[in-house]
Amino acid sequence: MVKKLVVIGAGMASGRALEELFAKDPEGWDVTLFNAEPRGNYNRIMLSPVLSGEKTFDEIVTHTAEWYEENGVTCRFGEKVVAIDKEAKTVTAENGDVLAYDKLLMGMGSNPFIIPLPGHDLDGVIAYRDLEDTNAMIALGDKPEAKAVVIGGGLLGLEAAAGLALRGVDVTVVHIMGHLMERQLDEAAGYLLRKALTDKGIKVMCSANSKEIVGEDGKVKALMLDDGTELPCDLLVMAVGIRPNVALGQAAELAVGKGIRVDDQMVTSDENILAVGECVEHNGAIFGLVAPLYDQAKVVASTLAGEEAAFVQKEVSTKLKVTGCDLFSAGDFADGETREDIVFRDPARGVYKRLVIEENKVIGAVMYGDTADSNWFFGMIKDGTDISDMRETLIFGPAYQGGEPLDPMAAVAALPDDAEICGCNGVCKGDIVAAIKDGANDLGAIRATTKASASCGTCTGLVEQVLGATLGDDFVIPTEQPMCGCTDLTHEDVRRLIKSQELKSMPAVWQELGWKTTCGCHVCRPALNFYLLADWPLEYADDPQSRFINERKHANIQKDGTYSVVPRMWGGMTTPDELRAIADAADKYNVPTVHVTGGQRIDLLGVKGEDLPAIWADLNKAGMVSGHAYAKGLRTVKTCVGRDHCRFGTQDSTGLGIQLEKKLWGSWTPHKVKLAVSGCPRNCAEATCKDIGVVCVDSGYQLGVAGAAGMDVKETERLADLTTEDEVLEYATAFMQLYRENAKYLDRPYKWVAKVGLDWVKEQVEDEATRKALVERFEISQSVYRKDPWAEHAETKAETYAPIANLVQEAAE
Amino acid sequence: MSDWIDIGPLEAIAPRGARVVKTAFGCVAVFRTAKDEVYALDNACPHKQGPLAEGIVHGAKVTCPLHNWVFDLETGHAQGADEGQVATYPARVEEGRVLLDVEFLNNRTAA
Repeated sequence: MVKKLVVIGAGMASGRALEELFAKDPEGWDVTLFNAEPRGNYNRIMLSPVLSGEKTFDEIVTHTAEWYEENGVTCRFGEKVVAIDKEAKTVTAENGDVLAYDKLLMGMGSNPFIIPLPGHDLDGVIAYRDLEDTNAMIALGDKPEAKAVVIGGGLLGLEAAAGLALRGVDVTVVHIMGHLMERQLDEAAGYLLRKALTDKGIKVMCSANSKEIVGEDGKVKALMLDDGTELPCDLLVMAVGIRPNVALGQAAELAVGKGIRVDDQMVTSDENILAVGECVEHNGAIFGLVAPLYDQAKVVASTLAGEEAAFVQKEVSTKLKVTGCDLFSAGDFADGETREDIVFRDPARGVYKRLVIEENKVIGAVMYGDTADSNWFFGMIKDGTDISDMRETLIFGPAYQGGEPLDPMAAVAALPDDAEICGCNGVCKGDIVAAIKDGANDLGAIRATTKASASCGTCTGLVEQVLGATLGDDFVIPTEQPMCGCTDLTHEDVRRLIKSQELKSMPAVWQELGWKTTCGCHVCRPALNFYLLADWPLEYADDPQSRFINERKHANIQKDGTYSVVPRMWGGMTTPDELRAIADAADKYNVPTVHVTGGQRIDLLGVKGEDLPAIWADLNKAGMVSGHAYAKGLRTVKTCVGRDHCRFGTQDSTGLGIQLEKKLWGSWTPHKVKLAVSGCPRNCAEATCKDIGVVCVDSGYQLGVAGAAGMDVKETERLADLTTEDEVLEYATAFMQLYRENAKYLDRPYKWVAKVGLDWVKEQVEDEATRKALVERFEISQSVYRKDPWAEHAETKAETYAPIANLVQEAAE
Repeated sequence: MSDWIDIGPLEAIAPRGARVVKTAFGCVAVFRTAKDEVYALDNACPHKQGPLAEGIVHGAKVTCPLHNWVFDLETGHAQGADEGQVATYPARVEEGRVLLDVEFLNNRTAA
């Protein structure tokens, strides 16, 4: 007897289930197929090629009108099912028809998740789910100078953005997480993907929070972010995820969790109702990729045909359907003790591959740029292949066994000819290579012919590597200490390349310079964080998690885990009110030790970490700000009282000290920087052993730099003799910026000046145009960093200083 | 069966960061890696009791802020030339909340 099967939803899963069923049992079923969309089954995942124009809709239709007719399927497209009666075994259609079934198959798929932002219901706000959405995006391409914003940097959002860009639309992707496709990719691959999309003209904003959709006359006009940025757009696509469509299942009182619950046979809590596809939940999991849906469809067909079958969840892999972005991700790629990474980076080709190995098996793989071997690796993940015999060469893929070890010079060899190696003299890699070919075969000859590394000398390591890469075995590179175990490059090399290759994020540095670890270590991360924020103050956002605790918490950690608090006293000047506020704070927070520092400040020692925001707020109220006694940055400007009080004073040393401190405070530097201004050559402020020291004389000001009074003791060297306070401010600022831009992390100025030579420093600072440019760049940086971190933390981050939870009570109970 | 206590939302801990949980028997540091895994360890370095929660997190490791000892977050073992181990406790994330095993408190009492 022919049985009645009603199918709700003509999607990819139910379509495949019908195909499988008709193959098993062509005559056994009388099928009625409902679909809310006014069309039959099509390959939904191919909507992206339709959007980009690489395919037409007809090409992605999987079942034609003829196919339905041949198989005797009654099609009710454009019609919804509004109710299911489990007891009577009937469904009710939108128009009131009641149809009886022997078996019911639910395949309603999923609904796109719409973030309930203000304005989400405006005209022009769409999801990316069906042909209507796709057509709306295609139509936008016909409009001149059209703009679109896509919220969501996952698979679907990026395919929408790439399609829109191909249609000539100006697209911005807004993604809430720190890197794109964070569920499938690690940071490094996310960086490469972002770079490729940017090259296609797509703007990408990560760590961006949407606040509100702005409309005009009921139509979308712009997206507003929580930092106040407004992104104008004619169309806003939300591609932030999907939710299983469970409404009908809930109404019919089937067991429903995140999706409609099914057993291994794809049967719901009612024995006559099956479910398949994105609307189901199986063993707690829901499904969005196509491979498991097809497996489910097979099981549905078998169950209906009365055969034994069980759905088993398998590993799934992801590929992005954007032309020119080859990426692959499969399995589990989280870090872990028992896990080991094999990382391969080829900066020249933009390739990144990472395999995660556990117990001699590949358990996860992420690849970008070259995914040719992805199926081989995916097979190993699924099969649990033992890889111990091929571990050394595994990452090179099936075709490459017994490969040569990686070349430590690969990063430099990969640089293009126009990459600037020597910043002082503007010498590119190509110039050096040309000089080598003309016979310059050592460092001296290169310096003589091209001037590369002949000025400050910090690019010497890079020049040597170019020599090595060009001459091969004929040149032996002197061994310099690499930055850390994560790289073979020195600090100087990395600094130079961050500038010349315009690397503006940590993942960019790790990828382009071939880092050997996934996310650096405690040695390189603080250095990279400084180099990036010093070179790209506006583009790079400071990363507190890459800072040593003192700079992260804006206080000095003591050996017992408490902190010290030092408020700023401009130029070493204070007032009775400030002193009273400090005394009150010391009482209120039970500060055990109060100490006067060598830099003319008061240090409150022994403050508990969780009290920091409160004590800062109290000091803020009295007008005081952070003294940065914890910073690799400007510390203190020490002064004597100068001509206001002293009978020997020649100039206003305190006034100048205060001006210097107000200009320089808040800036980050490679190591700490201490200043002093003495009012006469008797030098009571000890200015001649500071990083920057001013000694006032009758005729003006003697500006000295590169002094030391720590592990080494060294007198300052004279940078300039100046006549006005403004000149002192300008020269000191220029020196500070030169140091910030060029020195190795953790080199004090005296060490750096010893390396580059005082003559070179003088040349830079004495040249008016160079000096003014340095000051200008310093001011740009200060527009971000000249602010009180205490006030900011006390206001916005106070809770992070407290324990996340206190279980002392619970334990007592 | 273990009993899990909710100590707070995952986003309260910065990626590559940590927060402290106070218990009657000292503080526990709860770490979050770049991959959103969470780990719970005693907040005291075996060397000089440095607060590990304030260290720099890299991969599934943390570096003590006092003298740069590096510990594996999974096992609590010191890495490299240093020798020592920090106690670790079960921790996991469920629906955006960080959960610790209640048993760990009892184990700490016994220890």
